[in-house]
Amino acid sequence: MSRRVLTTPIRDEDLEDLRAGDVVYLTGHIVTCRDVAHRRLIELGRELPVDLAGGAIFHAGPIVRRLADGGHEMVSIGPTTSMRMEKFEREFIERTGVKLIVGKGGMGPLTEEGCRTHKAVHAIFPGGCAVLAATQVEAIERAEWTDLGMPETLWVCRVRELGPLIVSIDTHGNNLIERNKLEFNAKKSAIVERIHAQVGFIR
Amino acid sequence: MDKPSAVQSLTDTMARFTAYIGKHLPTDVEKKLAELRTLETKPLAKAIYLSMAQNQDAAARLDRPSCQDTGVIQYFITAGARFPLLGELADVLAEATAEATRRAPLRHNAVETFVEKNTGTNTGTRAPWLDWEIVPDDDGVTIDAYMAGGGCTLPGRATVLMPGQGYEGVTDFVFDVISTRGVNACPPLLVGVGVSTAVETAARLSKKALMRPVGSHHADPSAAKMETLLEDGLNELGIGPQGLTGSASVMGVNIESSARHPSTIGVAVSTGCWAHRRGRIRVNADLSYEILSHEGAQL
Repeated sequence: MSRRVLTTPIRDEDLEDLRAGDVVYLTGHIVTCRDVAHRRLIELGRELPVDLAGGAIFHAGPIVRRLADGGHEMVSIGPTTSMRMEKFEREFIERTGVKLIVGKGGMGPLTEEGCRTHKAVHAIFPGGCAVLAATQVEAIERAEWTDLGMPETLWVCRVRELGPLIVSIDTHGNNLIERNKLEFNAKKSAIVERIHAQVGFIR
Repeated sequence: MDKPSAVQSLTDTMARFTAYIGKHLPTDVEKKLAELRTLETKPLAKAIYLSMAQNQDAAARLDRPSCQDTGVIQYFITAGARFPLLGELADVLAEATAEATRRAPLRHNAVETFVEKNTGTNTGTRAPWLDWEIVPDDDGVTIDAYMAGGGCTLPGRATVLMPGQGYEGVTDFVFDVISTRGVNACPPLLVGVGVSTAVETAARLSKKALMRPVGSHHADPSAAKMETLLEDGLNELGIGPQGLTGSASVMGVNIESSARHPSTIGVAVSTGCWAHRRGRIRVNADLSYEILSHEGAQL
């Protein structure tokens, strides 16, 4: 089966037939963007120093090595917990026109709504696979808001077939991880009850 | 060796060891992940296990931290009362952390609270975090070094139950934490459970439990039985790698406990992600050392 590759700039129609659970790869540009960058744009009203229309962001705080020529080398870059950005993401999507949000774990109803209304998707890169991702980064082209320190700087990365990216929220309101959590919770009570019957150690 | 040379030598060993554990998983974890990968049947879950294996190969080949989040470094120290550098050990471990940060390199993860500035060295107020146990009649030291990322630190929870809630309440607590918050913490997880009197004693034990090898058991038969019941039960949830569903949820459940107050049951859960980067090193009085956690390790 051939790989499905998204290329930036991403158009609404590129995302139309994607469904939660599908696997895609990304070629083009992706910008690291996490807690403080979201807070600065949404709560503090500062303009992002990067144009994200049709673009992609990575919830990630990488390890970067500064090179002798003043450039940067991507050493290790994996996704961070996306849920931390939930309170900002709907507005972030609306304000920036970002089309692909890559992170770890699921996101909530606000992001779902943002993805549905403004045609964007959230996808999961396997957590902890940070060297795998680093080998898919061709170059760090720019660094913005470096005052935030290494993890929070906006690193503008050129990537080639970054992935696997598992679509967790699609443009139709499907949410893979929330669906999975319901499944886990539905199974839970029967299992817990069975264990209860065997741990009555206080007699 | 004079004292300054000895301090330098131990600092160097611990810096190299700390950098090493960020790039290589311990043997018990590697074996367990290989086993879970073999048992997995779902295509998406199998693909994730493949990415994990490819990542560990790339990290070793390129000599890089396998996960970008190299944590706030923690050292669990079991020190012989007669270890010659006992008084110097705290400073040695702080310097080793700073040196490992430069060499590995590790991500800068120590943010001074209230000042809210990243120190850039992974050292700061009570960072690295040290946990001490002193043993008599020993002149060596055994150190567990641990890098827990933010992702697998977030689910951590502790509470104090009433005795009427019993071990049934402990079960409920573990399941609630893992089924709701563990999903985002890079499963399959190693689950550490502390059963004790209060929040802080239970929490410390839950973290100590994560230092125990995968597949090891509590010495008490009832506690060991509960470890197995919880492990099997959590696996039945089928959380799978990255919460994407699969045949397992956890690498194991380790329980550590203490005698408790009759009126309370303190319980805590700590989680270790699949990339459970911990290492155990034994340093002798002459500063020769043996790495106990990673077969064939060369610093």
